[in-house]
Amino acid sequence: MSIEQATERWVRTGGVELCVAELGDPARPTVLLVHGYPDSKEVWAEVASRLAAHFHVVLYDVRGHGRSTAPRPLRGGFTLEKLTDDFLAVADAVSPDKPVHLVGHDWGSVQAWEFVTVERTEGRIASFTSMSGPSLDHFGHWIKKRMARPTPRRAAQLLGQGAKSWYVYLLHTPVLPELAWRGPLGRQWPKILQRVEKVPAGDYPTASLPQDAARGAWLYRDNVRARLRRPRADAYAHAPVQLITPTGDAFLSERLYDDLEQWAPQLVRRSLPAKHWVPRTRPDQLAAWIGEFVTATEDTAAGVAPRDTAASGPYADRFGGQLVLVTGAASGIGRATAYAFAEAGARIVAVDRDAEGAARTAEMARLIGAPDAWAETVDVSDEQAMEKLAEKVAAEYGVVDVLVNNAGVGISGSFLDTTPEDWKKVLDVNLWGVIHGCRLFGKQMADRGQGGHIVNTASAAAYQPSKALPAYSTSKAAVLMLSECLRAELAGRGIGVSAICPGLVNTNITSTARFAGVSADEEKRRQRKSSRLYGLRNYPPEKVADAVLKAVVRNQAVVPVTPEARGARLLSRLAPRALRAIARMEPPL
Amino acid sequence: MASAAVSAVSASQGELTTRLRGFREVQRLAYACAEAVAAQLKPGVTEREAARMQREWLRERGVADWFHLPFAWFGDRTAFVGFRVPLQFFPTNRRLEAGMPFILDMAPVHQGFTADVGYSGCLGLNPVHDKLLADLEPHRELILREVRERRPLREIYEDVERLMTRQGYANRHRAYPFGVIAHKVGRVKERRWSPRLFGFGTQALKGLASDALHGHRDGWSPLWSPYTFSDHPPRPGLWAVEPHLGFRGTGAKFEEILVVTDSKDPEQSAFWLDDDLPHVRRWAEEKSA
Repeated sequence: MSIEQATERWVRTGGVELCVAELGDPARPTVLLVHGYPDSKEVWAEVASRLAAHFHVVLYDVRGHGRSTAPRPLRGGFTLEKLTDDFLAVADAVSPDKPVHLVGHDWGSVQAWEFVTVERTEGRIASFTSMSGPSLDHFGHWIKKRMARPTPRRAAQLLGQGAKSWYVYLLHTPVLPELAWRGPLGRQWPKILQRVEKVPAGDYPTASLPQDAARGAWLYRDNVRARLRRPRADAYAHAPVQLITPTGDAFLSERLYDDLEQWAPQLVRRSLPAKHWVPRTRPDQLAAWIGEFVTATEDTAAGVAPRDTAASGPYADRFGGQLVLVTGAASGIGRATAYAFAEAGARIVAVDRDAEGAARTAEMARLIGAPDAWAETVDVSDEQAMEKLAEKVAAEYGVVDVLVNNAGVGISGSFLDTTPEDWKKVLDVNLWGVIHGCRLFGKQMADRGQGGHIVNTASAAAYQPSKALPAYSTSKAAVLMLSECLRAELAGRGIGVSAICPGLVNTNITSTARFAGVSADEEKRRQRKSSRLYGLRNYPPEKVADAVLKAVVRNQAVVPVTPEARGARLLSRLAPRALRAIARMEPPL
Repeated sequence: MASAAVSAVSASQGELTTRLRGFREVQRLAYACAEAVAAQLKPGVTEREAARMQREWLRERGVADWFHLPFAWFGDRTAFVGFRVPLQFFPTNRRLEAGMPFILDMAPVHQGFTADVGYSGCLGLNPVHDKLLADLEPHRELILREVRERRPLREIYEDVERLMTRQGYANRHRAYPFGVIAHKVGRVKERRWSPRLFGFGTQALKGLASDALHGHRDGWSPLWSPYTFSDHPPRPGLWAVEPHLGFRGTGAKFEEILVVTDSKDPEQSAFWLDDDLPHVRRWAEEKSA
């Protein structure tokens, strides 16, 4: 198999011939992709084709893998020194005058750490993006530090990573790994990848897999023991490093990178909720982050000042560059949520029927760190308008990574006073708005197949009955159950669903709420009164926004936010009769 | 006291009396101090040092008594992030860094006239801060317009808060004692010894307390707050008005004296004491640019 539209050439070095593929305009900055184990350069096919529009993309089969030839004998032919020779030979062949931007996955990243920390490559590497492959030297120091002073936490980290490294021990046994790979394991591998790692089916892995995996065992045998026993003390990176950490990686603990700033001073951290094979499962996000990092490094080298409103929020590693759509973003919780995502560096689509408010949210979002932000004027209860919005967003901004269905209206009054029109209005916005959002944008997410997250704003009223809020509570209870069902359905596709139950939060939902069964004047008075009460409670929407971001990062199912919301949630499980007693109380309006 | 000055104004149809001129001069002096100190701020200066610089600058120019001692807030303290007790308003050892917003707030008494001013700035470039400062302008217009309409102070307070919410900001003057957006200032007797209580001059506090007592009898309050005791039309006198915007760790305010009179002519019933102040000049420059 070869990568589409790639031109291939052969580079001869140290007794082997390396198969090198090139895509894109050679005049552009060169991005060099190095694959891992057991893989060949085809693992990068999806990422490479996305990067080729903007960069000169180069991939090569590591010696002994894919169509490159293997050293003879295999033992001693895979040392990091020889792999560095290979890299330099390829870099000199494809970009003789300018340093290259290095990207490594798995063992590609392990070797690239060697390239970027040894002296003889200085000036040949412009930047390095690492994923799922630590430097063996840093790893060695990491282990030594934890062995020397094993506090309970450090011991746990050591044991955790020790358990995740089971395959490394197996690969050190003689002959058996080769037999397994050339036999049943090699045949079953594509299915294992699909089932366990959720790698999409297709023309990957390639037919050469059993041979690659059998020979590649020498990567471990030639390097791991030697480097972990005597890690280099001078393994400092001489180029800016971007670290992309898949949080669901079965082979590498996130804790491995805790001390990385000490080795790589200009470190940019990214984290991705995904399993080990991110080049196959998350190509869009990888291509975006690699492109952004390469461009930023080139700009710095050219003396262009970076943006003065850089994202600085606590979750900038997770949401940087992602597309976040928030409905009801012109005020209250929606606006605060849009701002919180903007601070984390996400691109924002602020949706509201209040055009002016949505535009304002987008404008402020750009000021505090969003690389881009747009306002869209849409009524979420309008099915056709929502469909149009979904088409427009997909065409102009891309597939939404995080969807926040937040738009909602308040309604109060006894059930007998609530008219069918009142019911229709509240269900149209609070429930149908969420349904349309999940249906349209959730489908786009699922079709893309690269994960995502949906947040629905329910309410503490979803589980706290009240005689004052029958219609509102019903709509929110429906949202809560919808979120739970959807969570079950989309879990298999890597899409998380969270329901947020805020409680009494100081927003303008009170001043626009409908009070059924009272005169217009009385409604005004109650709106004012309830606004004042909520003002006295004064729970800020910003705290709800923080809870939303945390819920996405941790993939929480149901998140009650204010103390009263959490208390009611607890009571609903322990003492539901207490909640029923509260439900009978008259609100102080 | 102040009300005497104010009736004199209405009598002479807008002529600035000597007394109002006295207030205007001390307000200008305070803003000059703020600009002088702001120009000297550099990375590493602490809030305490900035407060001391203001105090010394004003003392050298004859200020002996205070409504309150100078405050200085840097960084996210400009938005009163995490403020729970009033003691947190006092200057700390927080150091100024490049790009940080700051607020200088001082209330000197000079020759018996009180001013209370607030000056927002930032060290270097900060687009968020620039935006906040620009967005304070409609608040200055809104407050004047509604005071001239003789709306109850509590309602004006709520309208200001609504405008802030619409702009996407948080109301941070709610963090001040009693959540006030403004308070009355007046003339203060010059005493040789003027002790201070928690940074507030006792003479000025005495004036405020006596206003509060009279107001309590007549149904008004020298504190312009969101509470029922401010549910009355604007009371003639001098009000130091201080709308304070907060946005995710950045805060900005201005504070200046609004003159309220009992005149029937709307133009004369309320006006800003001085229109030649740093923030007003800044808005004018932005418009012409």
